[in-house]
Amino acid sequence: MAESAAAPHPAPHSGGAEVTKRDFLKLVAGAGAAVGVGAIVWPMIDSMNPAADVLALSSTTVDLSPIVAGQAITVVWRGKPVFVRHRTPTEIEEARAADKLRLPDPATDASRVKPGHDQWLIVVGICTHLGCVPLGNRSTEVRGEYGGWFCPCHGSEYDTSGRVRRGPAPANLPVPPYAFEGDTKIKIG
Amino acid sequence: MAGLHKSEFENPVIRWVDSRLPIFTMMQKEYGVFPTPRNFNYLWNFGALAMVNLVIMIATGIFLAMNYTPHATMAFDSVERIMRDVNFGWLLRYVHANGGSMFFIVVYIHLARGLYYGSYKMPRELLWILGVVILLLMMATAFMGYVLPWGQMSYWGATVITNLFSAFPLVGDYIVTWLWGGFSVDNATLNRFFSLHYLLPFVLVGVVFLHIAALHITGSNNPLGIEVKGPQDTLPFHPYYTIKDSVGICVYLIVFALLVFFAPNYLGHADNYIPANPLVTPAHIVPEWYFLPFYAILRSVPDKLGGVLLMFGSIGVLALVPWLDTSPVRSARYRPVYRILFWVLVLACAVLLVCGGKPPEGIWVVLSRVATAYYFLHFLVILPVLGKFERPLPLPESISRAVLADGGGGGPLPGGAAAKPMEKA
Repeated sequence: MAESAAAPHPAPHSGGAEVTKRDFLKLVAGAGAAVGVGAIVWPMIDSMNPAADVLALSSTTVDLSPIVAGQAITVVWRGKPVFVRHRTPTEIEEARAADKLRLPDPATDASRVKPGHDQWLIVVGICTHLGCVPLGNRSTEVRGEYGGWFCPCHGSEYDTSGRVRRGPAPANLPVPPYAFEGDTKIKIG
Repeated sequence: MAGLHKSEFENPVIRWVDSRLPIFTMMQKEYGVFPTPRNFNYLWNFGALAMVNLVIMIATGIFLAMNYTPHATMAFDSVERIMRDVNFGWLLRYVHANGGSMFFIVVYIHLARGLYYGSYKMPRELLWILGVVILLLMMATAFMGYVLPWGQMSYWGATVITNLFSAFPLVGDYIVTWLWGGFSVDNATLNRFFSLHYLLPFVLVGVVFLHIAALHITGSNNPLGIEVKGPQDTLPFHPYYTIKDSVGICVYLIVFALLVFFAPNYLGHADNYIPANPLVTPAHIVPEWYFLPFYAILRSVPDKLGGVLLMFGSIGVLALVPWLDTSPVRSARYRPVYRILFWVLVLACAVLLVCGGKPPEGIWVVLSRVATAYYFLHFLVILPVLGKFERPLPLPESISRAVLADGGGGGPLPGGAAAKPMEKA
């Protein structure tokens, strides 16, 4: 650029003879406008995130005493089904035995229950594939080859530790945050 | 009268308006005398049909919204009330629901027409891309509309489709929570879907306007795929194509009416007449028929993220077609190999449509994998390579030559733009 070479402050971009006060003002005004737009857009985007009343519903207390071994119940936590299953000793044994196998999403059975409460398996009852509710919480339903749960949508199968063993699901059924409040009561969330 | 448009209209009222805001002049130019290739076949009706369909959807939708309640505990009942108690509510709802299906039938044919006759090629690339944007907006609108009745299929369809976004690493779960406005599909989700389902059709109108504006710069393609060379190749849009479109609209309305009055639930799912239950998944979740090919692509991949990417990619690849197809010849009429492969692509899409509705096991998985493979092979490999090797048939000299040769004499030319001294055929 002939004119920029002749200019006292050569500008790298073509066309502009030199950097002027106007260029600076344009940049500052543009940056200011961008910040302003961002400041008003963020509240709109964030308004779509869970509201305070939705977050307030985020804990559930469950009485475990009526659930006999081999039985399971479904409770609702944050609008999602949570499976609370009282496992039989055989089911625990099966789950422990599978610890050594190559699993799609490796996790030991012990890491998925609370110490001393091995019989209680608490998992979010939503298939990690595309969010269907797997069958098997009632003993009359199909439980799949691994005795846990079977997802009717795309055929994922879970074992008695809620770990995915077969099918398109990429991960185990997640264990929600929960704590025992005494031997027969848990608080989820 | 400086500052006023020089109107050619005689009627004083029209002239008064037109001199200040020349919309009548514009309509006359773009829809009256607009020079249009004289050799359109009936496949060129489908753009106009899509426009009519959009108007029907917006009109019925506005009146449905007057009686619909977007709340998780009331939505299902309000739809049932529309069906039973609201005057002609059943008609509005059936027209709107089946109108969605008709819209996709029309748009898929419109799209296939574009692929067959090479309408996406230079200089109509942007016109084509705007069409792909319209398709995406339509799909988003249709998906959210299907959620509104809050039946079992609505609920679980919404769950499965929004969960697609959880496939993205790191941010996936945050995106899904944000989309839901909670920790599952719930009232917050229903509310925003209603808001967006009302908004997007008007965005659609805006993009359709751009689509037509771009069309009126480049002019329409035609079955021969050769450019208009002069007035002897064209007819004024009115009355020739307003009449031809009217014939198409009558046929379209007959098909539409057959669906609405004789088989209003044929394309729907009985499960959607069961109120949404977040604790029970229906045994067999299937989307509406127009999403089945994409659903089949999603399920043909054993990897979750891979399936999601391939599904979105199947639409993304359409936007690239103007650059993937290297053949200089537009119309498949003069491309002997492409003409066959086009129908193989249609077959692949039909196979995907069938597979998407079947359980993902056995032969259906195999078939959908083969069809998915062909779909991408067609666009990513065959189109670029074929253009280099295929020997096209000789193109006609001009549209008017070809038309008059076809017609065996054809008789005197119709009036308007065609009867110009340039005509030599």
